[in-house]
Amino acid sequence: MSMIEISDLNKYFGKLHVLKGIDLKVETGEVVVVIGPSGSGKSTLLRCLNRLEEPSSGDIVFEGLSILDDENNDINKLRQKMGMVFQQFNLFNHMDVMENITLAPIKLKNLKQAEAVSVARDLLDKVGLLEKEKAYPAQLSGGQQQRIAIARALAMSPDVMLFDEPTSALDPEMVGDVLKVMKDLAAEGMTMIIVTHEMSFARDVADRVLIMDEGIIIEEGNPQKIFNQPEHPRAKDFLSRVLGIF
Amino acid sequence: MDFSFLGDYKYFFINGTRITIMLAFFAVLFGIMIGIILAMLKISHNKILRAIASSYIEFIRGTPLLVQLFIIYYGLPYLGIQFPDFPLFGQNIGDFMAGVIAMSINSGAYVAEIFRAGIQAVDKGQMEAARSLGMPYLMAMKKIILPQAFKNILPALGNEFIVVIKESAIVSIIGIHDLMYNADTVRGNTYKPFAPLIVAALIYFVVTFTLSKFVGLLEKRMDTA
Ligand SMILES: Nc1ncnc2c1ncn2[C@@H]1O[C@H](COP(=O)(O)OP(=O)(O)OP(=O)(O)O)[C@@H](O)[C@H]1O
Ligand SMILES: [Mg+2]
Repeated sequence: MSMIEISDLNKYFGKLHVLKGIDLKVETGEVVVVIGPSGSGKSTLLRCLNRLEEPSSGDIVFEGLSILDDENNDINKLRQKMGMVFQQFNLFNHMDVMENITLAPIKLKNLKQAEAVSVARDLLDKVGLLEKEKAYPAQLSGGQQQRIAIARALAMSPDVMLFDEPTSALDPEMVGDVLKVMKDLAAEGMTMIIVTHEMSFARDVADRVLIMDEGIIIEEGNPQKIFNQPEHPRAKDFLSRVLGIF
Repeated sequence: MDFSFLGDYKYFFINGTRITIMLAFFAVLFGIMIGIILAMLKISHNKILRAIASSYIEFIRGTPLLVQLFIIYYGLPYLGIQFPDFPLFGQNIGDFMAGVIAMSINSGAYVAEIFRAGIQAVDKGQMEAARSLGMPYLMAMKKIILPQAFKNILPALGNEFIVVIKESAIVSIIGIHDLMYNADTVRGNTYKPFAPLIVAALIYFVVTFTLSKFVGLLEKRMDTA
């Protein structure tokens, strides 16, 4: 059984057909990178996975449980196992770094304050921001905020991490720090689904790359295949634009 | 004008001011609770809940406060709901409660709109981040959205407090010994028809002016924060 099994997933925004029958399986420990032109449905796909967007039809099974089956499964419980990192960080503005990281574990996993703080310090150490636990989001750079956002998601000990263009809102000099944290995570065996425009990151870290276009996955495979011998003409077209090759 | 009556009657004004401020304070406090609930209904995805909140807000805003006050004061006892009848702070507690209830029901409709705007002004990424961690909707509202909304609308709530202080003069009609009522009593006792009203007006003004300066400070501090 795969960790995530998406079958015939469709999403409409009104009349706009944004996801057109997506089928996708993600294995435990796999790092899947999703690329594709703007508006192709990458974010929507990711957001359907934890139901920030409501799928219109199809099914998403996570660790054997359908996330759409409200009768039998609690979506809030399932979300605890799926960390999400946003382009705009979305740290809780009214809380300091420590509160940002410990709130969910304390409230949702009934961790004791002291336990949660000790977990948070380990994570802060991991993302290289141990000295920032008392800072508020507004006092941090974008790159620091994003690393805190990753730590916050990890504090729930998720089984999979979803990243939606985590470095797109960052100044170029901040991108490396965030990518490094993500690389470390991948190396530890975290299952990850990453939407990104960072092609060299995709090449280095992905086990599998998907190219989306107009609501379908037009090409998928390991990075060597995708970046060296894409088959679909639109995939070639897209890659030639972002990489300047073919 | 002769203000020598103040020597004998200053406690009328002091006590009346105290009642007025207490009444407005409780009215806004309960108004905030009603307002939060209404605002949550108003932004919910359930049509019926939205309709309930909208009807409440429209009805309250579309009818005079005086009518609402009378409906509570005379209507509830008529329906068999009696207000308690004993003095507290030199004031019949039942009358005071009727005043607070009517004023909070009224204020709640206005506070609801303030909160709705405040909640919608919070970036929607905040809710998404909370939900993606697994927080249920109401927990995310309480822990993440409302605290931020509250901070943004604090000045507007301060203004609402000022409005309620001024409008609360109307409760003197049901015999609550507020500033307005006591000023009227002083007029009767001293046979001075005018001067006690000037004193009351000045007190209202000093209280609301001080509050509005305070609200202004709050706004300034938030702009720099
Ligand atoms: N809430 C929404 N309501 C209506 N249309 C939407 C909504 N969200 C996305 N869309 C539309 O759905 C399509 C896919 O959007 P999506 O955000 O998934 O694209 P994307 O591949 O992530 O693009 P980008 O690279 O620009 O982030 C776009 O046409 C977009 O305008
Ligand atoms: Mg996107």
